[in-house]
Amino acid sequence: MNRIRSAALAALMALAALTGAPALAQTTIDEVLPDPAMEQRAIAIHKQLRCLVCQNQSIHESNATLAHDLRMLVRERLAVGDTDEQAIQYLVTRYGDWVLLKPPMKPETLALWLGPPIILIVGGVGAFVYFRRARRRAPEAPLSEAEQQRARRMLADPAD
Amino acid sequence: MRPAFLVPLIIFGLVAVALGIGLGLRPAEIPSALIGQPVPTFALPGVPSTAPGLSSADLKGQVSIVNVFASWCIPCREEHPLWMDVAKSGSVVLYGLNYKDTPENAAQWLQTYGNPFKRVGGDFGGRVGIDFGVYGVPETFVIDGNGVIRMKHIGPIDRAALDNEILPKVRELQAAAQAAAKAQ
Repeated sequence: MNRIRSAALAALMALAALTGAPALAQTTIDEVLPDPAMEQRAIAIHKQLRCLVCQNQSIHESNATLAHDLRMLVRERLAVGDTDEQAIQYLVTRYGDWVLLKPPMKPETLALWLGPPIILIVGGVGAFVYFRRARRRAPEAPLSEAEQQRARRMLADPAD
Repeated sequence: MRPAFLVPLIIFGLVAVALGIGLGLRPAEIPSALIGQPVPTFALPGVPSTAPGLSSADLKGQVSIVNVFASWCIPCREEHPLWMDVAKSGSVVLYGLNYKDTPENAAQWLQTYGNPFKRVGGDFGGRVGIDFGVYGVPETFVIDGNGVIRMKHIGPIDRAALDNEILPKVRELQAAAQAAAKAQ
């Protein structure tokens, strides 16, 4: 009896080791679409959509129940013949651009898209000008005869 | 004297102001895409022996509030007495959207804590909730007489949110509807 139990346990552990990570990632198991190509499309879409509950995970990674519902919804949209864009749009009309992990280019998002390159360019130009000026300032007057003599003395006799 | 030493000070000031503003933001509250949009079309069964069902047609004709709640939702319990007060005052009609619950649990919950809702839609699969852009329960929608969503409150309401945001919006919409009726 014990041996059977430990054998079963070992088998379970082996299974858990093989499948552990994905099993832990999702508490609810998704029903997968029968068509593997369509399922791949669904997963690609899931990865672009932000989970509203956890906010910094995609619905593909999140184990929130809402994420599960949204994953199934995307599959359902594809199954009734939606294109990828239509399926994404379906959720955007309900939850806004917020669900997109990659925000669209719009007047309201220009600062978001152009801000980092502008800061990089301004900072780069600033740094370039600063270092060039510093170099131009560099040439200093050579030591005078008296200074050279003093330096020689100091090098010869550290006590001076 | 060159004012160059002021540059880091100015940058520090700007960053401090930006971060200060950032601290005041509430990133958990996602702006609704549905403000100004008509309510989604739906027809849901009610909660057995407690409240009749709810459909999108019920949300037309007068200003109303739709509260998304569930028996498993602890913060819903917290805000519930306020909804009971609103129902008692009769200032606006309240509808419930019972999100991802079971009919039995919803009925028991409403019988235990009281039912402020004229009608309750049992959204047991959660699909109508998604159509409403619901992502955290409780949520509250203010809907005008034409069935257009005018306001959304995310999370449990408190006295201040009710008195300073939700009820003023309701009164504003009611007054606008009255003025429109008079003009005709």
